[in-house]
Amino acid sequence: MKLHEYQSKQIFSRYGIPIPRGRVAATAGEARHIAEELGGRVVVKAQVLVGGRGKAGGVKVAKDPQEAELLATQILSMEIKGLPVRKVLVDEAAAIEQEIYLGITNDRAARKPVIMCSAAGGVDIEEVARTHPEKIVKVHINPLLGIKDYQTRDIAAGIDLPREHWKTFGDILKGLWQAFQDNDATLAEINPLIISKDNRLVALDGKMLIDDNALFRHPDLSEMRDTDEDAPSEVEARKYGLTFIKLDGNVGCMVNGAGLAMATMDILKFFGGAPANFLDIGGGAGAEKVAAAMRIILADPNVKAILINIFGGITRCDEVAKGLIAAMEEVRPSVPMVVRLVGTNAEEGRAMLANASMITAETLAEAAQKAVAAAKGA
Amino acid sequence: MSILIDKNTRLLVQGITGSEGLFHTRQMVAYGTNVVAGVTPGKGGQWVDDKIPVFDSVKIAVEATGANTSVIFVPARFAADSIFEAADAGIPFIVCITEGIPVRDMMLVRNYIDQKGVRLLGPNCPGLLTPGESKVGIIPGNIAIPGNIGIVSRSGTLTYEVLYALKQKGMGASTCVGIGGDPVNGTNHIDVLQMFEDDPQTDKVVMIGEIGGTDEEKAAEFIATKMTKPVVGFIAGQTAPPGKRMGHAGAIVEGGEGTAEAKIRALEAAGVKVARHPEEIPLLLQ
Repeated sequence: MKLHEYQSKQIFSRYGIPIPRGRVAATAGEARHIAEELGGRVVVKAQVLVGGRGKAGGVKVAKDPQEAELLATQILSMEIKGLPVRKVLVDEAAAIEQEIYLGITNDRAARKPVIMCSAAGGVDIEEVARTHPEKIVKVHINPLLGIKDYQTRDIAAGIDLPREHWKTFGDILKGLWQAFQDNDATLAEINPLIISKDNRLVALDGKMLIDDNALFRHPDLSEMRDTDEDAPSEVEARKYGLTFIKLDGNVGCMVNGAGLAMATMDILKFFGGAPANFLDIGGGAGAEKVAAAMRIILADPNVKAILINIFGGITRCDEVAKGLIAAMEEVRPSVPMVVRLVGTNAEEGRAMLANASMITAETLAEAAQKAVAAAKGA
Repeated sequence: MSILIDKNTRLLVQGITGSEGLFHTRQMVAYGTNVVAGVTPGKGGQWVDDKIPVFDSVKIAVEATGANTSVIFVPARFAADSIFEAADAGIPFIVCITEGIPVRDMMLVRNYIDQKGVRLLGPNCPGLLTPGESKVGIIPGNIAIPGNIGIVSRSGTLTYEVLYALKQKGMGASTCVGIGGDPVNGTNHIDVLQMFEDDPQTDKVVMIGEIGGTDEEKAAEFIATKMTKPVVGFIAGQTAPPGKRMGHAGAIVEGGEGTAEAKIRALEAAGVKVARHPEEIPLLLQ
């Protein structure tokens, strides 16, 4: 789950990380009011969960409250990469001397969190990693020990930070580590962390990603979820405990198991088709879940055929068949359906579907070819 | 011969009285696995099906029964604690089936058990099956026959699909190992490839990977430099969009890393025959 900039910075602030004075606004009037409070020049920043806001015109500097209101009006009417801007952050403007990148993420291969820091901040860090990997200092943290003071000094020295800032930088880094840990983040990033003209370190921008698997112990963060970036069908699927991802093709897919769901999408492409979605109904899915999955797939007008591929292990094929029949009575789908049931209670499942006017298949290859043909109207 | 489990496996089930734990304990017993104990805190003294004693802690269960392998069916929020408990009780091989464990918990688990020299399989995995001898976890026993092909996979049902396709062609497995779909797990492809390389019963290996991380790229390098046995590969997720988690917590292409194309290229460069779809795997093994 992604957090907005203003949410991330509020969390950082609770861990002693200096952030600019400022607040979030949902209307231009509020933005003006905040600018009046702050006095002086302000930055109006679109709060959307995509990168490249600046390039899209979603970040602007205003010299006074009138201009802040005008800019907020413009930005709040924008869409950035397809996402509507619903809120703007109004921050006091900073005079920047230097921009630093500071982030913590998980290094899968090393099985440890890793701190990344670069004196070349303010830009896309992946771009720096590609073109100038030597400009990024990386330090792994033993999760059993946590971050050590010497590591913060090593990093400060590694980016040639002036010694007068080492202590403050160390406190910011330790605060960021604690924020990363306490909130089960998979990314906690300050980009840029600036040295201002008046020689202070300030976190000008912030970003956090939270581990979805850990949300059960963070009800406060769960409430912050912004579902704008998800297709409505994905939000609906989540309610039923289904993992659904919308794609651009025309063959709807219903599969049990994530790996098999991906392999089923791939084989459709191999035989010249295109999947309309990824959908994992999970292990042991009952009739109700199957019916919900069917409704969600059919809500996509692009879908011209459906491929149902169930390998029964924990999941019982007769339960899936029951769900399919219930869903068909309710939704009355007008597109052809190809069904392949293998494994636990497959015989019973197939018998139940015998009268349901579905196309059946024995092998995965056969099922995929039949689904591709059906989608083409053959 | 086989790897990791065999007839000498003395299995303990953590979470044995839960619905999944109980169902799969019965399945494992029916397959012939020697389930010697179960653990559910607060239910010590009970018996499962009048055959398997239930204990309050792993430590007591190990002392009473000599269990040497544990399988965990405990809900995600308690699962890391169960892994620590098994490791501290001296269990050398732990299999964790549970899906949805926070990655921070798994970072702690992995760094801790590495220090203790304990092997963990999973989490978020189907476990492992040595056809005709023993199964630990949830792989349906009837879809595989004994043979000389070693299988290692990050998936569950996709692995079943492959076992089933092999069986249809009369081909059997030495051991089938599901390493799980999480970003931080206990055992990776290379660990299992090494075991298959050393196992006299295994003549050929099937490696099933998916998008996300660099485990398959590392495995490709290992195959090219360290393996003498032929390997057939399959990578799921060629049609997966970047930045989206494809069901498994670890199945995500991030920052251009972990694409199916890169993995397939690395495997082919290492001399691995890569199947274009699962049912092609038996053909490439012939």
